[in-house]
Parts: sequence; C-alpha cells; structure tokens
Amino acid sequence: MTDLGLTPFLVLASFLFVCGVVCIATKRNAIGILMGVELVLNAANLNFVAFARFGPPSFRLEGQVFALMVIVLAAAEAAVALAIILNFYNNHSTVDVDRADELRG
Amino acid sequence: MPEFWSQILPHPWHLVAIGLIAAGLLFGFIGISTFFAIWAERKVSGRIQDRLGPTRVGPYGLLQSLADGIKLISKEDFAPTDADRFLFRFAPYLAFCASFCGFLALPFGAGLVAVELDVAAFFMLAVLSSEVFGIILAGWASASKWSLFGGLREAAQVVSYEVPRAMCVVVPVCVAGTLSLSEFARQQQGGFWNWFVFHDPFTFAAFFVFFITATASCKRAPFDLAEAESELVAGFLVEYSGIRWSYFFLAEYGSMFAVSGLAVYLFLGGWHSGVLPGEPTDWLGFWAGSFLNLGVFLAKCWMLVLVMIWLRWSLPRLRIDQVMTTCLRYLLPISCVLLIGVSLWQLLVPRSIGFVVSCALAVASVAFTFGVIVSLFRLPTSSPRGSLPGVWAGRSTPLTPR
Amino acid sequence: MTLSHALFAILASVTAISALGVVLSGSIVRAAVWLLFTLLGVSMLYFLLGAEFLGAAQLIVYVGGTLVLVIFGIMLTAQGPFSSLKTRPMEWVVGGALGAVLFALLVNAVWPIPDLQPGGAGTLPGTGPLGMGFLGIANNGAVAYLLPFEIVSVHLLVVLIGAAYLARAKRHQRTEGEA
Repeated sequence: MTDLGLTPFLVLASFLFVCGVVCIATKRNAIGILMGVELVLNAANLNFVAFARFGPPSFRLEGQVFALMVIVLAAAEAAVALAIILNFYNNHSTVDVDRADELRG
Repeated sequence: MPEFWSQILPHPWHLVAIGLIAAGLLFGFIGISTFFAIWAERKVSGRIQDRLGPTRVGPYGLLQSLADGIKLISKEDFAPTDADRFLFRFAPYLAFCASFCGFLALPFGAGLVAVELDVAAFFMLAVLSSEVFGIILAGWASASKWSLFGGLREAAQVVSYEVPRAMCVVVPVCVAGTLSLSEFARQQQGGFWNWFVFHDPFTFAAFFVFFITATASCKRAPFDLAEAESELVAGFLVEYSGIRWSYFFLAEYGSMFAVSGLAVYLFLGGWHSGVLPGEPTDWLGFWAGSFLNLGVFLAKCWMLVLVMIWLRWSLPRLRIDQVMTTCLRYLLPISCVLLIGVSLWQLLVPRSIGFVVSCALAVASVAFTFGVIVSLFRLPTSSPRGSLPGVWAGRSTPLTPR
Repeated sequence: MTLSHALFAILASVTAISALGVVLSGSIVRAAVWLLFTLLGVSMLYFLLGAEFLGAAQLIVYVGGTLVLVIFGIMLTAQGPFSSLKTRPMEWVVGGALGAVLFALLVNAVWPIPDLQPGGAGTLPGTGPLGMGFLGIANNGAVAYLLPFEIVSVHLLVVLIGAAYLARAKRHQRTEGEA
C-alpha cells in the first residue's frame, strides 16, 4: 500500500458516481433507478474510505464511521424505495416510470 | 513455509504463490470433505433406515462418490429453452464461490489460515450469506414457475435464519471480546471447561440455537423444503442436472463444513483437544503440533457434520410456514434474550462464580453424554407386545428369551 | 508495478466494468447481477484499503441484505413484459453526453488533490478502536459516535416497520381509499 495514492480511488469513485447518475437518468424500470442510487451511494462511500486512508490523520476513524452509517442508511432507503415501487405496481400494474404521469400538468 | 517461498520468488510473486497454494488446498479440502460427506450421508442414512447403504464400489462403498461424479460428468448438458443461458450456467458457480470464500478466514490450526483476518467471524458470516444469490438466480434462470417459487422460498428461509444466526455468533463474541477466530481458539486453551460453550448458561443455549439456525441456513433437513422431491419437485434445482447440480451440492456441503468450523471455533475450543494444557505447537514443535491441531479441528468439525446428517434422517420435514414461524417467532426472540443474558453475565457475575458455573456445566454435559451413550448399549429386556411377529414368532431372541 | 497496484487495477476494472454493465444492460435481472459484482468489487476495495470491518459490513448489509431485497422486488414486479424496458436512443445520447461532462468535471476536481499522508500512515484503525469509538470511549480527543449509532439503529427499525406496512398485500384494491 505504499505506492497507491488518493487519486486512483477518487477517479474510480467519480466513474461509479457518473454510472449511477446515468442509470438514474436513463432507466425506465423503477428498480433500475434504485440501482443507480445504490451506485451513487457506493461511490460516496469509496470516497469516504479513500480519504480515511490517505487523508488527514484525524479522519482515519471518521471516514469508516461515516461509511458505515451510509451503508446502514442506504439499506433503509432501499427498503422504503422498494415499498413505494411495490405500491406503485399494485396500483398501476406497471413499474415503468414513464407511466407515472398522473400529476403532469 | 512462507519464508521458503519468499526466498525463491521476487517480492510480490511469493504472495501470489502462497495465495494460489492456499486456494488449491482449500479447494482440495472442500472436494475431499464433500466426497466423504456424501458417502457418510448415504451410509448413515442407510443404517438409520435399517439398510446397508453403498457397499459395492470400493471397500465399504467408499468410492461411491467417485462413481457418482463420473456419472454426473457424463450426463447431457442442456438448459431449458426459455432459460437465460448465461445466468443458468452461472448460478451454481456463484453459490460455490460464496461457500468457498467462507473458508478463507477459517483457521485449520494455529497459524494454518489462508488469510488472518481481525474480523474473521464477521467475514465468514458475510460471505456465507452471499450464497443466497446462487439460489435466486438458479430459481429465476430456470424459466419455470416451480423453480422460481422454490428459489424465492428458499432465499426467504436462508435470509431469515441469518438474523438469529448472527445474533448467536455475537454471544460468544461478547465473551471473547474479539472477532478473530485464532484469538477465540487461543482463549479456549487448556481443559475443556474453558470452552465457551460451558462458559455460562446463555452461551450454552446459544450453541444449540446457532446449530439449529446454521442447519436451516444451509438448507439442510428438517429445513430442506427446496430440495424435497415431494414438495415443489426439488425447487430451484429442478432444471439442473449433471455437473451443475453437483456444484450446488458442493456448495451445500462446503457451507455445512464452514458453519461447523465456525461453531467449533466459537463454542467448542477450536483446535484445542480439551485435555492437553497450553498450545500444542509450543511444546511439540510446529509440524507435530500443527498436525495435532488439524486433527482435533477436523474431528470436531466432522462430528458436527455427522450430527447434521443424523438430524436429516431422524426428523420430519417442516412446512414453509412452520420454518418461518420457528425462525421469526421462536428463535429470534430466544437469541435476543441470550444476547442480553450474556451481556449481563459478563458485566455482573464475578470471575470465581463464573468459573464454578462453567465447571459445573462442563461436568454435567460430559456426564449426560456419557450416560446417554451407556444407555444405548444396554439391550432391551422385554418387547412391548410380549412376542415378536412374523418369522421371529417362535424363536428365542434377546427380547423374548425362552 | 507493486502488488497493491496490480490488485487495485484488477479490482477497479472489475468494479468499473460491472458499473457499466448495470447502466447498459437491458434485462433488469442482468443489471442486478452486474450490481452484485459492483458491490463485491467495492467491498474488496475496502479490504484493499485496510478497512476490514467495513468490507465485511458492506458484504453482509449491501450484498446479503439490500441486494436480496432489490432482487425480491424485481421478482415481484418485473414479470413478463416488464423484465426489459428499453430506453429510447435519444435518451441514451443525452444521458451519455451529460454523464461524460459530469465525469470530466469530477475528474478535473479530484485530480489536483494531494495525498495528505504520502505513503499512507500505516493501516486504518481496526475493529477495536472502531468499536470503542461507537461506544463513546473516545481516544485522543476524537468525537464519540454513540448517539449517531443509536439514532441510525432506531431509524432503521422505524423505516423497516414503515416499509413493511407500506408494502403490505392489499386484498381489495378497488375499495381501498388511498394507497
């Protein structure tokens, strides 16, 4: 671990973030959008742990704690998102988000 | 041993060589264990059902697994027409990889571990919980309604039983104060009264609850609804045949050995035999001590696997709602109570009383086991009906002496 | 090219290719399998960085919990015609262009950040100090994390109860007032 720096991890996290954002923007399946959100959260977590490892010494514990909180909260948010998606499916018989246009002006 | 490789190869490559050797040894261990576990299952089931089991292939039928393997390899390799070809082919290997990776953190003796992890118990739980993906993908990719239902039910069962299993793992972790399995074994050295299973009544109960939940999360009977032929036609396995089917069973037996190994470290003293003081590698040298450690560990692991096999052929199968009720309404509250109990025990009970209780539990358990074994050897002296039916009617037998 | 470089190259390419697979894959179940590999890759990266507890927590919570939940959701909703909903080509073009611009922006932002500890300061704090931090027994003036830990635990419980209530099976869909 002596030669690896901060930048490769940050670039990889940026790539994951961009993949997540494109996934959220382009997927029509509601669960596909949820997968994009998971990618975004993982990218942020990777950033946290990379900074914990290569950042200021006072951040060594905080980075891991933050990442652990993000993991737990992402699990909670995925549960709620799936509950909403199941409700939507029960009411509209589809998970296509393009069909969710009842509030369109 | 690592020094030998570091002298031959340049810096990064000796780590790669050690890694490959460790992986090969683990793969060999899983293969050989499965080989003999399948033979043991068929022999034990045969004896329980008053028949002989495999006897023809090799002495005592020992090579039966080899014959089965040759048959499975030579079967036709096909997939259902509507199946997702890639996922159908991929699912067994996913299940097997999850089961294999569980052995990475499992020590086989003092220093005989593939990766010495500080979080070994947690890592094993985490990786063994990934096996559920192989099941779900197998159920979905078979393009059959019954395999999908079976796969989802099975996944629900495995995932539900992971919760009390993890809580029962936390119980001895509270006692030991570490997640590292080698450290667990080091704390249980000496006499068998040091084993964590005898440490306090809560850990004693936690061992049995862990064993039950581990049996359920390995999809073993009496929780084997997914493999049952009479329900759901073998569930998620219905479209699998040949070597892919056998990979699922490699994964299942591998998981059985992994959770048995975990139970041995958490509760049963790891590689310590319980009658020898101290670390065997200290006063026997590295090679002889490691050999003894390995032998003791494998004996304990095999004993637990044989108990799982015994359970399968003794108890009737549970229905899926009974399986979920057992987990969520009984085992989960029980494991919560055990966790609170062991935390309070660690905080409030002084060392001397704790030592007395653990010795009393140890002696009571050994006496009970001994009594059960002795009582099994006594022959019955009278038959319930006074005479035996059929061809035994007029004869003199130990049950009906004349 | 040291071992850590080689390991990072392998793990980063696995993670990046799997993330691309999530975006580009047509069938939703295949996207879930690619997401599985992405999460496994990220977990292995945590192990590479020395955060062992976090790597195991990622495996058990994300892979063994969240992803199983997502796959159950897929199995319950994406039957038949919904298993592969195609995105229109124009949306791919716009999404791809925006993604490329965002990637360029982010890399431009992170490239000049220096290593504040060049060479690394040994290993990250292990499970012991992490647990002590959560318990509130701080070391050398660091902030203790007992309150956030408790809040997150209760939050998770409340959220799961709410989600289970929200997603309960409704017998009479027509007679229910609202969803």
